[in-house]
Amino acid sequence: MNATERGMGLSLRALNRLAGSQLLDRVGQRERVERWVYRGARGGFRAATVAGRSFSAAAKLARPARQAPARAPELFDITPNEEQRMLSEAIGAFAAEKVRPAALAADGACATPAEILAQAGELGIATLGIPEELGGFMAERSAVTGVLVGEALAHGDMGIALAALAPGAVAGALGLWGDAEQQATYLPAFTGDDVPTAALALLEPAPLFNPLKPATRARAEEGEWVLSGVKSLVPRGAEAELLVIAADAEGLGPALFIVESSTAGLFTEPEPAMGLRAAATARLILNDVRLPGAALLGEGSIAVYQECLQRARLAWCALAVGTGQAVLDYVIPYVNERVAFGEPISNRQAVAFAVANIGIELEGMRLLTYRAAARADSGKSFDREAALARRLCAEQAARIGSEGVQLLGGHGFVKEHPVERWYRDLRAAGVMEGALLV
Amino acid sequence: MISLEIPKKFKPLVSQAHQVASEVLRPISRKYDLAEHEYPKELDLLASLIDGVNEGSGLGGAGAAGVRREDNGSGDGANRNGSNLSTVLSVMELCWGDVGLVLTMPRQGLGNSAIASVASEEQLTRFDGRWAAMAITEPEAGSDSAAIRTTAVLDGDEYVLNGEKIYVTSGERAELVVVWATLDRSKGRAAIRSFVVERSNPGLKLDRLEHKLGIRASDTAAFRLEDCRVPAEDMLGSAQIDVKQGFGGAMQTFDNTRPLVAGMAVGLTRACLEETRAQLEQAGVQEDHAAPALTQHAAAARMQAMEADYEAARLLTLQAAWMADNGRPNSLHASMAKAKAGRTCVEVALGCVELCGSLGYSENGLLEKWARDAKILDIFEGTQQIQLLIVARQLLGKSSADLR
Repeated sequence: MNATERGMGLSLRALNRLAGSQLLDRVGQRERVERWVYRGARGGFRAATVAGRSFSAAAKLARPARQAPARAPELFDITPNEEQRMLSEAIGAFAAEKVRPAALAADGACATPAEILAQAGELGIATLGIPEELGGFMAERSAVTGVLVGEALAHGDMGIALAALAPGAVAGALGLWGDAEQQATYLPAFTGDDVPTAALALLEPAPLFNPLKPATRARAEEGEWVLSGVKSLVPRGAEAELLVIAADAEGLGPALFIVESSTAGLFTEPEPAMGLRAAATARLILNDVRLPGAALLGEGSIAVYQECLQRARLAWCALAVGTGQAVLDYVIPYVNERVAFGEPISNRQAVAFAVANIGIELEGMRLLTYRAAARADSGKSFDREAALARRLCAEQAARIGSEGVQLLGGHGFVKEHPVERWYRDLRAAGVMEGALLV
Repeated sequence: MISLEIPKKFKPLVSQAHQVASEVLRPISRKYDLAEHEYPKELDLLASLIDGVNEGSGLGGAGAAGVRREDNGSGDGANRNGSNLSTVLSVMELCWGDVGLVLTMPRQGLGNSAIASVASEEQLTRFDGRWAAMAITEPEAGSDSAAIRTTAVLDGDEYVLNGEKIYVTSGERAELVVVWATLDRSKGRAAIRSFVVERSNPGLKLDRLEHKLGIRASDTAAFRLEDCRVPAEDMLGSAQIDVKQGFGGAMQTFDNTRPLVAGMAVGLTRACLEETRAQLEQAGVQEDHAAPALTQHAAAARMQAMEADYEAARLLTLQAAWMADNGRPNSLHASMAKAKAGRTCVEVALGCVELCGSLGYSENGLLEKWARDAKILDIFEGTQQIQLLIVARQLLGKSSADLR
């Protein structure tokens, strides 16, 4: 029995147990559950991960390639450099022309259209973190660039931004921490036309989840690693071909592992959420997933793990800033045009101050995120700055999402306007860990 | 190239200001909080010292000369870190020491800011080195400064001022008072001008000094102007009333001083956070930047949230100053900074008192004083509500007639 068959067997067993349950009839939930099961089964319910492509080491470099760190600027400056400005403008245009118009349907379908993903791929957003020697196009490593790209893309839609940026998180992790063998095996695929679907899976389904203490375990067994556990809200998890998964490694503590989706013991099931639906979030189940010793990324260093955590949080901050800006840009013309009691509602302080506060807090979120990213680029410590950016964004993004709906009143509550989606998406800031990387 | 770090060239200035704050201001902080209305004579020596090193160094108080616009923007598009940024950095450090004392620093009054911002070259030379207070508020006109009733009537080559002014910071101690008055009440804000009045002018009568919640080291005066005759050449700006120009010069002052007041709030906020962090560490509570806030001690999570607001206020303030240095219009960002910094310093100061319990609340420490000092920073140079109005009008593209 191969992995796929085992996976099918498992999901059929689960279906069967549900179907036989008397409980469903008792609580009158059968119809709802059957609909849910149908949807699950369509997506494989619990399926073996896609067989995916096989990765094998191409021409291997003697040492791992790394992008050069950016030069530390001497002066205080909030102006992006020319390269960043152009990239951010190009992605901003793509976000406005392609992403925003596709967002409503993608949210409903729990999937981002392949065409959009292909176009995002053409823009090279998955290759920002790949060294030039390995086919990347950015000589310097830049978290600021990553932040600006995330911000611009999320102005179109946060869910689609997540779907499009997810493979780049894996490529970026390999670029930053992969050894020569790992880079040679996996990175060439990311610079080709057909970018592999890939995801960085840190989050787990647990209240007060602390990514420094993952429940997913990696046992050391005769030079191999055996992983067991569950990962939550993995973007495009069902179709992922390559994963980087966080687990508590025996004798090392939390660490990152490179996992090909064809590995036995790896299963996914759809896990649609409140928002980010265009990213087709999925749960990832690891049942004794056996990996070679070489699957360990960054030699299991805790510093690497923490850096990954903070870089991911910064990326989420960037998405929150982009979507927050979308809210502000949307509510301004609305409150200026909406008339009540004989004049635009924006003539009222209660409304106008809500808009002002969105503007003020959003600017604060942006500056904190930029500062942490710029510190990362110039090799300074940035754990404090990233934590503070995360804190502010977690609180204010949700508030901006809520105010966005509030300012439109009942109109904000219906899908005719995008603010209800942004309300759902912006709550992700502060919840999500991993999945993205700058 | 994005970088939000303090540039190396300002590090000596910041360290100098910090030493002044910790060696001169902090030790006398409580003394002049208790001895309200007593002149802090220690500041004379300090002011001379600052005058000595101030030649463009930016070390100074609220009214440091570094808010003038002419030298901004070299036009070559190159990034500049100039006197606006250095001044705001210096103010942050000094106010980490004591806001009240900084407000009463000789020759560093808000009136000096007004002079620096709108005076002619000739006036600038004439008033150079003199301490100037600022008199805008009246009993019936606070935030609504267009409604001021103090009148200025030209009589020969002098203006005759009549009216009442309150809340004049350093009004008793300064050598000059910049008085806002209207040339013609029927023309609204366009007719408002500021006049530099000698403190010794017999028509400028000191009514009383206020007893206040905080910043007690700084004197707050109330004046009556009774046929106060001021030479015409001591009026700032043009005598022509241009209705289209509105407040013009007078309001420009605020674009320059708001980042400074925001900087004061940022300095005070940092003082509160540092003190509270030290006390919490003694109590065994330590923040962890890697772990999620919600998995930490509630006090650590609260500290992190307050620090995030502090950092937002600080960066917004630096941004507003940086924009001024680079000749970019910054009235939106100056008000954003003032709004965020003002409310943050009050919330943080009161929050820190709560976290430290009786140690925070008693006069044995300075936290209770900082919490009292904080409140004024969300009020003067434009209240929280006025800042929100300015930000909202700019974002929404509204006039002050639409959004009142």
